[in-house]
Amino acid sequence: MKRLLASLLTASALALTATAAVAEEQDKTKACFIYIGPTGDFGWTYQHDQGRKSVEEAFGDKVETAYLENVPESAEAQRPIEGFARAGCDIIFTTSFNYMDPTNKAAKKFPDVKFEHATGYKRESPNVSTYSSKFYQGRYVQGQIAARMSQTGVAGYIASFPIPEVIRGINSFILGAQSINPDFKLKVVWVSTWFDPPKEADAAKALIDQGVDILTQHTDSTAPMQVAAERDIKAFGQASDMIKFGPETQLTSIIDEWGPYYVERVGAVMNGTWEQHDVWHGMAEGNVVMAPYTNMPDDVAKMAEETAAKIKSGEFEPFTGPIKKQDGTDWLKEGEVADLGTLLGMNFYVAGVDDKLPQ
Amino acid sequence: MEVWVSILLSICAASTPLLLAATGELVVERSGVLNLGVEGMMIIGAVTAFSVAQASGSVYGGAGAAIFAGAAFSLLFAFLTLTLVANQVATGLALTILGLGLSGMIGESFVGLPGLKLDAVAIPGLSGLPVVGPFFNQDPLFYTSIVLVVAVAWFLFQTKAGLTLRAVGDSHDSAHALGINVIAVRYFAIMFGGACAGLAGAYLSLVVVPQWTEGMTAGRGWIALALVVFASWRPWRVLLGAYLFGAITIAQFHAQATDASEFSHLPQWLFAIIAWATSLPAQFLTSLPYLATIVVLVLIAGNRRLTMINTPASLGKSFVPDR
Repeated sequence: MKRLLASLLTASALALTATAAVAEEQDKTKACFIYIGPTGDFGWTYQHDQGRKSVEEAFGDKVETAYLENVPESAEAQRPIEGFARAGCDIIFTTSFNYMDPTNKAAKKFPDVKFEHATGYKRESPNVSTYSSKFYQGRYVQGQIAARMSQTGVAGYIASFPIPEVIRGINSFILGAQSINPDFKLKVVWVSTWFDPPKEADAAKALIDQGVDILTQHTDSTAPMQVAAERDIKAFGQASDMIKFGPETQLTSIIDEWGPYYVERVGAVMNGTWEQHDVWHGMAEGNVVMAPYTNMPDDVAKMAEETAAKIKSGEFEPFTGPIKKQDGTDWLKEGEVADLGTLLGMNFYVAGVDDKLPQ
Repeated sequence: MEVWVSILLSICAASTPLLLAATGELVVERSGVLNLGVEGMMIIGAVTAFSVAQASGSVYGGAGAAIFAGAAFSLLFAFLTLTLVANQVATGLALTILGLGLSGMIGESFVGLPGLKLDAVAIPGLSGLPVVGPFFNQDPLFYTSIVLVVAVAWFLFQTKAGLTLRAVGDSHDSAHALGINVIAVRYFAIMFGGACAGLAGAYLSLVVVPQWTEGMTAGRGWIALALVVFASWRPWRVLLGAYLFGAITIAQFHAQATDASEFSHLPQWLFAIIAWATSLPAQFLTSLPYLATIVVLVLIAGNRRLTMINTPASLGKSFVPDR
């Protein structure tokens, strides 16, 4: 009897807290974030979390945010995403490519919750939006800088997974580099992880031993920058400004600014104007920002600034023909600009990349 | 520096943390305890080493603190499994999860700070030698890892204390009947394992990448655990296993980055091998170290005699003194 009473008491207490929580949630908008890595990676996830903090700053008491770190990019992501939906989140940002299917599945189950998936292309129900940044625009500028700065004519590229986002970056980098030096070469190493500092360091060492003297990365830690500094070559930062890790090494870095977008979308949920969309912001919208051009002669910095300005103003787009695919077939004719669909689903190398694309 | 020397040195750097952690865990398992918390103790070591080095300005202070922190953290596991007789597997897993979370909390203010690096120390006389010289001009933790293997091999198989430890691991009941304090032996073994794992973590945050990032051990603790089985609980084989793993990790990056046509001057057959290796898909190459580990584990598991002889018979079993 005692036990029964106790459990009854607990149950009612639980019910009470639950109602209290719901009551509180009604006047607060809850924005939730799913992260691939730890917020302390000082790269990709760190920048998304900066965006989350901007949301808190912008709306203060009117908003509540939550996040989950280190969520694996597999079917397992389903549970935390749906967990957020059940916990009363009004809008959920899933911030890595392979959350694409779990996000869409969850969206069908929870039609009243808004979902925002980063870097993907599937919007299977009206409550899913996709958003991405044109990081490749920055990669083109980096390619040009690399071609001007390299002594050996070979740059190294630490790549994570062969998804469109990464392939676009590699293509854009080589197009930029070969616009300066047609013989410029790129060695690509795939590490099959977004975040593993010691492994990224190993890959960096291997590339340097292979004779590259400029390092660039599409993984999330500052490890390659540190190795580059130690071996006295130049490198590009990734996702955030990594100058502290290579004061005499970093040439520039592509900084992801998610804050303005997150503030805009959470605001839209608050005033009921949220609608499905697919946006791809770049330099023009301030989503892709270049860190200061450092450790290079003035004329190289000037060239980089000019290219970036042209891309920002829309005067120039990195994927402008004539461009051939790696297999020698024609892709873009003279003056033709790549359409967004092809770029979003990019699964081929352009001519000039000296690597076999893992399929 | 010659390229091949540089490659071999990166292999040493990739192998050393695994070797340190696996050697420690080997001693733990030899005493009959399975501690799955290696990853957790390692990352506690990494964050302690980094933060103490930052605060005190001394990398050696950082490394020392990591040893201490790893041992102290493992004491939690020892208390739960030995004194309170909790399930070892569950407690070990909990230790890993706790370590990962706790380290993130401790290290929060250190994210995004470049750290101090433990510099190489040349061994007088040896570092000047031709060819092998560079191997005697590495960081002190590398030397420690090699000395540790020798010391553990000697301790386990040449000393009475080592025999006692193995006896506890093989049959805690018999050892108890002989008047050996099983619990005390296991406490020491677990703390030694924790200290080694802590040092392995320090190696990551002070030598490999002088920085603190959450989750920077990225599964190395689990590899160390696999290496102990891989080595069928023999110290020298741990050395072999760790370096094999490190070598494959580094070699596959080179295979990816190598342009086979640069080797067309080599004999035909050698060129054919290089061309074949470099044409393998990148996903296959990056998974090679893990595949190799699995294959060896399967081979060992298939050899009953090998496993029977070396597996500590009381491994993973709780011990409750009956009086």
